[in-house]
Amino acid sequence: MSMRRSHFPAILTWTVILFFYVPILLLVVNSFNANRQGTVWMGFTFRWYHELFSAKGRDIWRALSNTLIVATLSTVISTFLGTCAAFALHKYKSRLQNFHYCLIYTPLVVPEILIGISLLIFFIALKVELGLATIVLAHATFCTSYVAMAVLSRLQDFDMTILEAARDLGASRWVTTWKVLVPIILPGIFAGALLAFTLSIDDFVITFFVNGPGTTTLPIQIQGMIKRGAMTMINALSTLLLAITFLVILGCQLIMKRSQRNAG
Amino acid sequence: MRSPEMRRRVLGEYAVTGPSLLWMTVFFLLPTLIIFAISFRSRGEYGGIGDQWTLETLKALRYPNYPSIIWRTIWMSVACTALTLSIAVPVAYYIARVSAKVRDTVLLLTIIPFWTNFLIRIFAWKSVLHPDGLLKHFLVFCHLLPPDAVLLYRPEAVLLVMVYTELPFAILPLYAAAEKFDFSLFEAAMDLGASRLHAFFRVFVPGIADGLLSACLMVLIPCIGSYVIPDMVGDKDSMMVGNVIVKMTLEHRNLPAAAALSSVMTAVMFLPLLYFLKGKKQPDGSAKPAREVV
Repeated sequence: MSMRRSHFPAILTWTVILFFYVPILLLVVNSFNANRQGTVWMGFTFRWYHELFSAKGRDIWRALSNTLIVATLSTVISTFLGTCAAFALHKYKSRLQNFHYCLIYTPLVVPEILIGISLLIFFIALKVELGLATIVLAHATFCTSYVAMAVLSRLQDFDMTILEAARDLGASRWVTTWKVLVPIILPGIFAGALLAFTLSIDDFVITFFVNGPGTTTLPIQIQGMIKRGAMTMINALSTLLLAITFLVILGCQLIMKRSQRNAG
Repeated sequence: MRSPEMRRRVLGEYAVTGPSLLWMTVFFLLPTLIIFAISFRSRGEYGGIGDQWTLETLKALRYPNYPSIIWRTIWMSVACTALTLSIAVPVAYYIARVSAKVRDTVLLLTIIPFWTNFLIRIFAWKSVLHPDGLLKHFLVFCHLLPPDAVLLYRPEAVLLVMVYTELPFAILPLYAAAEKFDFSLFEAAMDLGASRLHAFFRVFVPGIADGLLSACLMVLIPCIGSYVIPDMVGDKDSMMVGNVIVKMTLEHRNLPAAAALSSVMTAVMFLPLLYFLKGKKQPDGSAKPAREVV
């Protein structure tokens, strides 16, 4: 393009990227900072990592195991519900499906705090004891919406007339479902399940309302530590979580590249 | 009369729709409706819900400082949305115009930090804005701030962290809209004598109006529901409705009051929510919310 361009959008964009990373980099640096306040550099240390893995960090690991239990259960439930919902929404066009669609879509745009408080009041009105079970129910609810959207977009990307083609060519209903339909939408279901799992692990606001005594999840634990000012251990924990996240993303990208190469 | 074929189809529809429809009715629709009902209930003993119907809970919203908190929630959310969009529009413009390689890098760099827990990101800001933190020292060193200035625990800090949190949710839908924009229109406007700035505001911005509107709501609605950010980097002068709801629930054990405030919040958001549902009634590809992409 011959036209002279303004540099402003470029400068702004890279400033924004810097803005995204500065706080996170500072946090990583501070996890190795001997200064407890993390304000000025006072030398390199692994002390906070040692603390994290000592008796002092026991609550963190218990919270992590709670988080994983909740995430696994709510992923299983929401993957089932969300996949059914996507099938129904894709296959049928009726008044019932319009209502169904509103029910599935609305939780995506309602602030989490409203979902949290309404579930809390609902559970209290029914005199349900708060605990891991209520957290799972809450997570499964909002995850269902995300799974449904992921599977639905996969279904919409595909030409479903190949199902009719399979039937015309003599495949039974059972064979068509399991040999044609399921392999097509499996990536959508998998993406939805992965999304549900990460959203469940990450959720703070909704869990904050529906958790009970002794059922602390990792985000709740982190919030408690921030409130108490236990900065150093959170720095170390966050750096570890960041590293794990980066490795997972990197791994996913490699797998995707490889499967693309195999497909092509 | 329905034929057996049709009856089977209807039964099939019920069988596939049933599980999610029932689940969402019980765990989403019912609790949301209950919130409105509880707003008219009295306060029960031991932090429960009372047996009487009353208007007192709603009347109590007049005092002591609820109107000012509701007003602050609205203006902070609007300010955050305006700031976020005015940064995100030029960024989306840039991403849509650079080479594919740079574009992929910028998009990836935008998404990655948001894979970390958002409490941790807010906590990171706490240490940046800390009274003894790096930013403070830097600004004082540059004589931009007096040494006794406070960066943390004030409404401006809340606004800053809110913009930080919401930016990707604006950049992504705006980029999606900018990508579809025909930039030859932009160049035509400039060939016809429009200045670059003029062309940007009169051709590019109207050209991505749909993306702008959905980004606007995508940012505004979570802002109105903010609770964690004001709680962590704000003071009592930056309390928002979300903070009062939590306070009523956990400290005062006054669930009807929390329900009444939630009803007010839902009412404030009713119109934006309606837009989302109206525009997206028929399931299609565009129904994918931007939040899902991140």
